[in-house]
Amino acid sequence: MAKGIFVIAEQRDGALRKVSFELASAARKLADQTGDEVSAILLGSGIESLAAGLGKFGVDKVFVGDNAALEPYVTEAHAQVVAKILKDNDAAIALFGASVQGKDLSARVAAKLAGGLATDCTDVKVDGGKLVAVRPMYAGKCFGEVVFNTTPAMASLRPNVFAAVENAKAAAVTKVDVAVDGVKSKVLEVQKDASGKVDLTEANIIVSGGRGMKGPDEYKILEELADVLKGTVGASRAAVDAGWRPQKDQVGQTGKVVSPNLYIACGISGAIQHLAGMSSSKCIVAINKDAEAPIFTKADFGVVDDLFKVVPELTAACKKLVA
Amino acid sequence: MNIIACVKQVPDTEAQIKVKADGSGIDDGQIKWVMNPYDEYGVEEALKLKEKNGGDVTIVSVGPARAMETIRTALAMGADKGIHICDAVLDNADAFVTASALAAAIKGLPHDIIFCGQRAIDDDSGQVGAMLAELLGISQLTLVTKVDFAGSSVKVIRPIEGAQLSVETSLPCVVTAQKGLNEPRYASLPGIMKAKKKPVDVKNAAALGIATDVKAKVAKVIPPPARAAGKIICGDDAAQKAAELARCLREEAKVI
Repeated sequence: MAKGIFVIAEQRDGALRKVSFELASAARKLADQTGDEVSAILLGSGIESLAAGLGKFGVDKVFVGDNAALEPYVTEAHAQVVAKILKDNDAAIALFGASVQGKDLSARVAAKLAGGLATDCTDVKVDGGKLVAVRPMYAGKCFGEVVFNTTPAMASLRPNVFAAVENAKAAAVTKVDVAVDGVKSKVLEVQKDASGKVDLTEANIIVSGGRGMKGPDEYKILEELADVLKGTVGASRAAVDAGWRPQKDQVGQTGKVVSPNLYIACGISGAIQHLAGMSSSKCIVAINKDAEAPIFTKADFGVVDDLFKVVPELTAACKKLVA
Repeated sequence: MNIIACVKQVPDTEAQIKVKADGSGIDDGQIKWVMNPYDEYGVEEALKLKEKNGGDVTIVSVGPARAMETIRTALAMGADKGIHICDAVLDNADAFVTASALAAAIKGLPHDIIFCGQRAIDDDSGQVGAMLAELLGISQLTLVTKVDFAGSSVKVIRPIEGAQLSVETSLPCVVTAQKGLNEPRYASLPGIMKAKKKPVDVKNAAALGIATDVKAKVAKVIPPPARAAGKIICGDDAAQKAAELARCLREEAKVI
């Protein structure tokens, strides 16, 4: 019988990404109910020393595949190794991060194993010893409870939703042989964002602007507030389609679906496709001069006033508080 | 060049989604159906490649009878022919079964490059492109915002968190389209007239010889958790309201 909960850790440039700890903690919680062991799969080049970091968050065992062919990440190479480890160990459950890499990898692995996969889950639980994954559909307009007819049951977990909880375990390392073949893709270049800002999908705080911003230059006041709060600036579809902000900043059903601790919507009326993309945020603030704007129906705190007056004042007030 | 674009018919982004009382799915009575926006980018890129390099564009879709409208829309944009995989046993297909159906239909066709949307905005799974690539034994380039075709290979740009990658692979391959790839064209009136006469093959699961047992099953659909009514911040002027808001975020919500 299949056993063991596996997490597929994600590292970049020799450092584990935060979602890896969230996966480890979510797996630990499930394992404590099922009595399973938590194993992690860690792939890359020169990364064995990262295994201990996973142990800190509840991982019993780490399968390390250390090979130049696994750095940087290439789908075909990583998918071969991950699928083989899951199969050889007859894994019961496999958890991936719903990051760009995790989504790319998990679907390829699921096809290799002819198995079921639930993407971008916001909750995972066990019922009768089997995984049940809860995930938003229609960008959060409704949720689906997914059950699995195959093992391993596979799910990718939305970054920033599951808490990373320290719980030290042994993290015993098992080195795996990583013969990969037939890899046709090659990463030619990695161009890093000059801004150094956290991506919207991983941000704890998002300050977002919509049509009410009136133009691209006015986003400066949102940048200033985001700087004070160590947050990231987002935008509505209207603002992106107007060319005020780059496409990667778009929050909504045809942009990024986000779940920060704090989402501050400035001059965003709250079209249904936008609300869908941000309504799983833990705390929502709306600043809009139109008291009838639909965004207020989702907001925990609303300010009905001119955002061009409120935002700079809010920046000043926050500066004092966080100082 | 033999180009394939996979499309799915989905509810419009402005659609209100109502969950059926028994949790078995959504109530689709009032929904306006459209081509999945990410698939539109794929179709547009397919047409641009054809215009530049010659060849033809085949549209493949899995969906009920109404999905034919979406295939016709793609044909009206300029695609040449279509395959409609239509079978009631596929109504609740998961990503693996959908990808198996697409792979079975595409396997028999010459294919240099296959476009899919990076995800469909209904179930938001984002799995089909990668699964299709695996089932066909070819490489995948997901979430792509730029495609440079160079004879027997393709070079793309893929944004990831905090960076963008330039990735190259050999053909054939699957490319999944992300917003930013292009601006999809509208179908012209002559295009719409011509589309009516373009060939569309309709196939069922048996003709494709695929297994239709799902691997992951949505056992229950539930409405999103209700949010408690919010608090409107009062004050004499913007400065007072801002100060009170900052206090609430710090002391009540504890998020800053």
